[in-house]
Amino acid sequence: MEKERTYTISVYTENNIGLLNRLSAIFLKRHINIESMTVSKSEIDDVHRFTFVVNISETQARKIIGQIEKQIEVIRAFYHTDDEVIYQESALFKISTEHLYDEEIQDKLKFRRANIITITEHYFVIESSGSKSEIDKLYDRLKPYGLMQFVRSGRIAITRPKMAISELLQEFN
Amino acid sequence: METQTTVASKTKASKTVHISGAEAVIKCLLEEGVDLIYGYPGGAIMPIYDELYKYQDKLQHVLTRHEQGATHSAQGFARVTGKVGVAMATSGPGATNLITGIADAQIDSTPMVCITGQVWKHLLGSDAFQETDIVGISTPVTKWNYQITDASEIPEVMAKAFYIARSGRPGPVLIDITKNAQVETFDFEYEKCTSVRSYKAKPKVDKNQLKAAAKLINAAKKPLIVFGQGVILGEAEAEFKAFIEKAGIPSAWTILGLSALPTDHPLNVGMVGMHGNYGPNKLTNECDVLIAIGMRFDDRVTGNLDSYAKQAKVIHFEIDPAEVDKNVKADVAVLGDVKDTLSEIFSMIDTNVHTDWHQEFKDYDKIEYDKVIKNDLYPSKDGLTMGEVLKEINNASNGDAVIVSDVGQHQMIACRYAKFNQSKSNVTSGGLGTMGFALPAAIGAKMGVPNREVVAIIGDGGYQMTIQELGTIFQTRVPVKIVVLNNEFLGMVRQWQQLFFDKRYASTELINPDFITIAKGYHIDAKKVTKREDLAAAVEEMMASKDAYFLEVAVEKEDNVFPMIPSGASVSDIRLS
Repeated sequence: MEKERTYTISVYTENNIGLLNRLSAIFLKRHINIESMTVSKSEIDDVHRFTFVVNISETQARKIIGQIEKQIEVIRAFYHTDDEVIYQESALFKISTEHLYDEEIQDKLKFRRANIITITEHYFVIESSGSKSEIDKLYDRLKPYGLMQFVRSGRIAITRPKMAISELLQEFN
Repeated sequence: METQTTVASKTKASKTVHISGAEAVIKCLLEEGVDLIYGYPGGAIMPIYDELYKYQDKLQHVLTRHEQGATHSAQGFARVTGKVGVAMATSGPGATNLITGIADAQIDSTPMVCITGQVWKHLLGSDAFQETDIVGISTPVTKWNYQITDASEIPEVMAKAFYIARSGRPGPVLIDITKNAQVETFDFEYEKCTSVRSYKAKPKVDKNQLKAAAKLINAAKKPLIVFGQGVILGEAEAEFKAFIEKAGIPSAWTILGLSALPTDHPLNVGMVGMHGNYGPNKLTNECDVLIAIGMRFDDRVTGNLDSYAKQAKVIHFEIDPAEVDKNVKADVAVLGDVKDTLSEIFSMIDTNVHTDWHQEFKDYDKIEYDKVIKNDLYPSKDGLTMGEVLKEINNASNGDAVIVSDVGQHQMIACRYAKFNQSKSNVTSGGLGTMGFALPAAIGAKMGVPNREVVAIIGDGGYQMTIQELGTIFQTRVPVKIVVLNNEFLGMVRQWQQLFFDKRYASTELINPDFITIAKGYHIDAKKVTKREDLAAAVEEMMASKDAYFLEVAVEKEDNVFPMIPSGASVSDIRLS
């Protein structure tokens, strides 16, 4: 069995309803779990960018890129290892205000470069960005205070290698 | 669709008229050269049917007896003509009934446009009567799909639908149109689509890959070609023939490549795969260069991949980049439409004959003839075989008929023994294996090529999956010839049960109705043959008939199809009994 590793799959697309369904169906058909997914606009007007994170073998990654690129509204898709991308995830923690002046918690936030973005009478909200493992660490440290809510975003990633979408679009036209 | 105008290029504007969305749909179909569609009306598509009524002199609508039948008829039409087949249905169950045919067209690369009605835009998501998310449901089995919710989108989306369905590697497209978009009026103007920004129909041909392929082919001592439907879809039959004749390479076909090369061509060495011929399967593991042309290395072709052509250098001529290295790693991938790549490589190829290598195929043919073919075509036992029915059909057709087969034992026998002189003559459900395909597909095929004889060969199981299409045959008077090879079993499953499940015949025996009475109920001439001495005359009578004709042949109940590569085994382990 070929070794599985984490791949960031970046997909440049037209902006059409239903494309998310079409892309996720490609993973579903091969019984691959999507670890995280983010959709946003890209550096090019009218071109959207999907970022998927999956744990698969390189052979699978290559075949999946082939299937994704086959979709009519997909301009181009790429896969990269963690070494080839600069990536971030963002997380929000909601904690009871009774812990706000706890010195320990203040230290933990400094250590993690986390920020308090809202304080109310009953709760306060901490924001932090980083890799999944960094956010996991902060999660473990804050859990003892009783997390009223926790949420983490999908990965956003910029690749070290070039992804020449503008040139490709020229070629298509 | 906000990006629509920026992403699709168009040609030839027609003049503007103010019409309803429903009428616009009809005008789009006419602009695309469509004069025949298959479908079934219902609430959400009634405005379009109302327009069909007005345009019936220009656009024939065939009312099938089930929406699945409409898709298979459209597929049959597309497969014999190379044109886009069109099927139409209402929302909800009408739309979901199309799915099997759409999935079949997707896996067999058949150009088809399906149009479904949808509930009013303001009712979307309200679980309205006959509302279903057909765009969501059809996504994994369509090349493209789109929901129109505003009449003004119709011309551009329809143009794009036809362009996508027929270009590159063809496939099915579904367009869902809400009822408000059908009744709204707008200024209609039609421009054909000639490109879509994010879609490259054909990859660019790389000269270096052609050179690398030619080098391997010229150095090969034992080259083998396996060709698929790409040759037919690319209309590259002449280029293909010229190429193999110059290079002198034995050429075997996949089930969907069948008829691209005439049966009696000296370089035609038969079928590869599970029930293919002995020689090409055995020699797949002895060739030094395997040249795959417009085929996708389906598991029914390759058997166990770990022992498939490991000794050979593999060259893959392919239009779809996603197929390269998907199942079998190519040493050289020649991307592009085979019509272009085969004509370009022609001048780079040395003339050759490979006489000794051909002899190896002939030696295997002799073994297969003695152990299998002789008994199939000239049986000495009492019971009729499926093979001898095919032999009689060949005698009567001289190889000029379109043969439409269903799925199962009879399909393998039909593909093994049917004789073909011309391309686009074998219509069968290859990839999906859809039982019930043949009867409606034969209707579409006959309407597509009305001057050719169309013979549907169907098992008693598959026949009953779409038997209601006899009603379509009766109503349209389409003169298809229907042959049911009745062994009172789901024969292929029974064969596996016999060979691999110790003859535990779980739910494979069929207690059948009187098929003759059923055919006669639809006023279709019908005859049943149970004895060998009556077979030839019955087939001749059927073929001579000017009308639709039903012929049932009672064949041996427990015959098996051989050769056979057991599921998961190597092509080398092909069994003759």
